[in-house]
Amino acid sequence: MSESEDNAEPAKLPLDAWHRGQGARMVPFAGYEMPIQYEGIVAEHEWTRAHAGLFDVSHMGQLLVSGEDAAQALEALLPGDIAALKPGRLRYSLLLDENGGILDDLMVTNVTAEGGEPTYYLVVNGATKWDDIAHLREHLPDEITLTHLEDQALLAVQGPEAATALRRVFRDAIGDLRFMQGTSFEFGEIEIGISRSGYTGEDGFELSVPAEHAETIAGRLCAEIEIKPIGLGARDSLRLEAGLPLYGHDLSPDTDPVSADLTFAISKRRRGEGGFPGAERILGLLADGAETRRVRLVLEGRLPAREGATIFSGDAEVGRVTSGGFAPTLGHPIAMGYVASAHANEGTALEIEVRGKRLPATVTAMPFVPHNYYRGDK
Amino acid sequence: MTRYFTDEHEWIDVDGDTATVGITDYAQGQLGDIVFVELPAAGTSVEKGKDAAVVESVKAASDVYAPITGDVTEINDALDGDPALVNSSPEGDGWFFRLTIADKAQLEGLMDEAAYKSFVEGL
Repeated sequence: MSESEDNAEPAKLPLDAWHRGQGARMVPFAGYEMPIQYEGIVAEHEWTRAHAGLFDVSHMGQLLVSGEDAAQALEALLPGDIAALKPGRLRYSLLLDENGGILDDLMVTNVTAEGGEPTYYLVVNGATKWDDIAHLREHLPDEITLTHLEDQALLAVQGPEAATALRRVFRDAIGDLRFMQGTSFEFGEIEIGISRSGYTGEDGFELSVPAEHAETIAGRLCAEIEIKPIGLGARDSLRLEAGLPLYGHDLSPDTDPVSADLTFAISKRRRGEGGFPGAERILGLLADGAETRRVRLVLEGRLPAREGATIFSGDAEVGRVTSGGFAPTLGHPIAMGYVASAHANEGTALEIEVRGKRLPATVTAMPFVPHNYYRGDK
Repeated sequence: MTRYFTDEHEWIDVDGDTATVGITDYAQGQLGDIVFVELPAAGTSVEKGKDAAVVESVKAASDVYAPITGDVTEINDALDGDPALVNSSPEGDGWFFRLTIADKAQLEGLMDEAAYKSFVEGL
């Protein structure tokens, strides 16, 4: 059950004592002691799908990129149309190396104040944040300022009752935010950045709060009847059911946006203009297709296939599982992996080898569990 | 009937030449929600300290070792339909398999309940 990614003594997050007080079991992850579960992964998973869960994702990196040409500077490193991103909007993007390999996946929010200089707020993965910061410092022009918001905690409230609970706590501050929109507000004297986003497939919010007030906010949120603290274990099973890739497992510098089935992150204008790292190769893959593709696989029975398991079509080895587990909402195992493109179409029957046994698996359109994002009143 | 424990968190009930094997309440608590248990087939041999079964939780797969060498005579079929029995009754209905004991001398060195309890408290 080790999640440790390095040998250094894990650091403590702002909510460490609070998690322990709530009965969390703590494990090392991404260099920090993190809550893996409270009452149990399945119970927490089901609670989040039915009500709302509070996730501490303070290990993730929160960065600000600011300066007159910040959008253009980011576009030199990411394939998204950052210039078209209006204040208060966010989008998913990818930090690419010069070959088009994926260094990280991240969220970019335009947080430019009215009349202020262009400013973008980035949330990057915890395990990669120091490398990301080094990469950004090296490649951003000198006129662009990069700020690491080390004194900010990040809380995610996810689930169908998240909005109800947050409106009770924060009143009108949430406004009429829709999926992939953000704002900020004062809660007493606490400045909170909020976006309607997350990584569980559910409607939900992410809140950036000063570390010194994280316990107050977490306690206040969990006082609501709908919200319970949820550990990393359920966060992982929720994101797997939502069909969302996990950096370091489903994505790496060896994967490109086309193979990774993330072509939506390459904005239309950028496809035409290029100018992002590895553009020539990636635009070639877009035109001609990649050799391999990330797929979602539904398994029969109850035996899960884990990361590293080999995928077969008949006797031929055609790919490898990059993340897999048991889906509590569905009651059977699911997996993601890369397979040769000829075997990537929906409905293709494949087999996954687990301890010498071949488990039948079918390529499915993702997500495994339908997304429940709030895109406005119907 | 005497119950012994290993430092790998298996328990073993010995009744004459037959033994019943499972994992402890402490072990199931560490593993979390169990979704699948892979058991050795009846008729196969298991060797003390070697892999005998695999427990799959939502999160990960974990090996279970044979606490003693012997031939498997019976497996707990109930785990096939309801693997969560290992969570709800780890030291009762959630047993894994039975075997005939090849060498009773191997029981020496295993812990009794009091010794195991203090071993777990020290973890």
